[in-house]
Amino acid sequence: MCLSIPARVDQIEGDMALVSVGGARYRASLQLLDGVSVGDYILLHTGFAIQKLDPQEAEETLKLFDEFSELNRQLDDEELSSGKRIT
Amino acid sequence: MKYMDEYRDHERVLRIAGEIGKISARKWAFMEVCGGHTMAIQKFGIPSLLPESIRLLSGPGCPVCVSSRRYIDQAVAYSRINGVIIATFGDLIRVPGSFTTLEKEKAAGADIHIVYSILDALKIAREHRDKQVVFLAIGFETTAPGTAAGILNAYHEGLTNFMVYSSHKIMPPAMAALVEEGVRIDGYIAPGHVSTITGTSIYRHLPGRYGLGCVVSGFEPLDIMQSLLMLVKQMESGKPRVEIQYRRAVTEEGNMKAKALMEEVFETRDDWWRGLGVLPDSGLAPREKYRYLNAEVMLVADPGPVREDHGCICGEILRGIKEPRDCRLFGSVCTPVNPVGACMVSNEGACHAYYRYNRS
Ligand code: SF4
Repeated sequence: MCLSIPARVDQIEGDMALVSVGGARYRASLQLLDGVSVGDYILLHTGFAIQKLDPQEAEETLKLFDEFSELNRQLDDEELSSGKRIT
Repeated sequence: MKYMDEYRDHERVLRIAGEIGKISARKWAFMEVCGGHTMAIQKFGIPSLLPESIRLLSGPGCPVCVSSRRYIDQAVAYSRINGVIIATFGDLIRVPGSFTTLEKEKAAGADIHIVYSILDALKIAREHRDKQVVFLAIGFETTAPGTAAGILNAYHEGLTNFMVYSSHKIMPPAMAALVEEGVRIDGYIAPGHVSTITGTSIYRHLPGRYGLGCVVSGFEPLDIMQSLLMLVKQMESGKPRVEIQYRRAVTEEGNMKAKALMEEVFETRDDWWRGLGVLPDSGLAPREKYRYLNAEVMLVADPGPVREDHGCICGEILRGIKEPRDCRLFGSVCTPVNPVGACMVSNEGACHAYYRYNRS
């Protein structure tokens, strides 16, 4: 029940939207969220759109994983070559 | 699926696990207080990826699990009133009350409907004007705004045969109570979906007053691993603070509109939590203005005395001081098909999650 799933907004009529999750379609009330447009991704929770998902932040988070790992790989290499532990 | 698959990349998960191992010089214990996290952590086998120095504990984050048995007993009592229809989320239907469950009552003829949303319950009320529909409203800040919207819809529509029986609870009092009680943790994996609504100011006192780390996390394996890494970094550097890992859904201010609706409809009251007892201002009840939509005000039905089960240690599990496998009923007497306690019924309960993903 606590589950909230990312869903794409396909259609909006008044304060109701048709959204899709993978292949499945649901109705979502927009009563709790302003500024939703077709094509947005929202979190769907017990029939309500509770928040918009920010595509830019989603990308940023993924980029962070990779940059961080890259940085650490470099540090590892340095550690290996210098024989000193870098913290 | 978008926003899911890319956060399940195995190689990335392993890399972060490596980083965590590398930077954690001391032992740390972190608690997740959201049923969704409990489920994800077990499902993706996160504990097996972590170095020995990191211990994960499950907290009181499953709304079904922390609710009192009396709540089920009262719902059953309502269902026995002539002309009452109960509308409930599926999660509640098999939760044991003192002597019966809603599922058993339904089989015995009670008019109980499983709904996915309060909006479905309103529809039932519109279609059955001769009956009284009672919606069992349960959940934390993620779910309460929907209930508020439903109550407002009924109010504006002039629907007079609809009521809510609220067991809504809010998270911060429980998160503080655990620490006050002396449960030893170093930081919280803060509930992602609660935070989409509340924003992050509700956690401000955790680093300040208790020196706890606090990272609002998403629900995919990468999210959780990254959150743990952030927590370890905070603690190793001696700088606990509130951070958001789940940036794609959570902002500092939260969902203002949802918060305003909640504020309009609900007021806080003292409420009982399994494992924690009564916590001041931790529950939500409809305000006076909406009293005729409140089942507790409008319906009289005696639930009888409460009977707790002996042997179930849900309460201690919800406080993070025991694990499901410490319960002697776990997996033998108590299983998802035949649950003894609420923690085994709900998908989000620690016992259920352990049973499903972690039995070896
Ligand atoms: S295994 Fe069953 S009886 Fe034991 S604590 Fe969990 S829910 Fe309660």
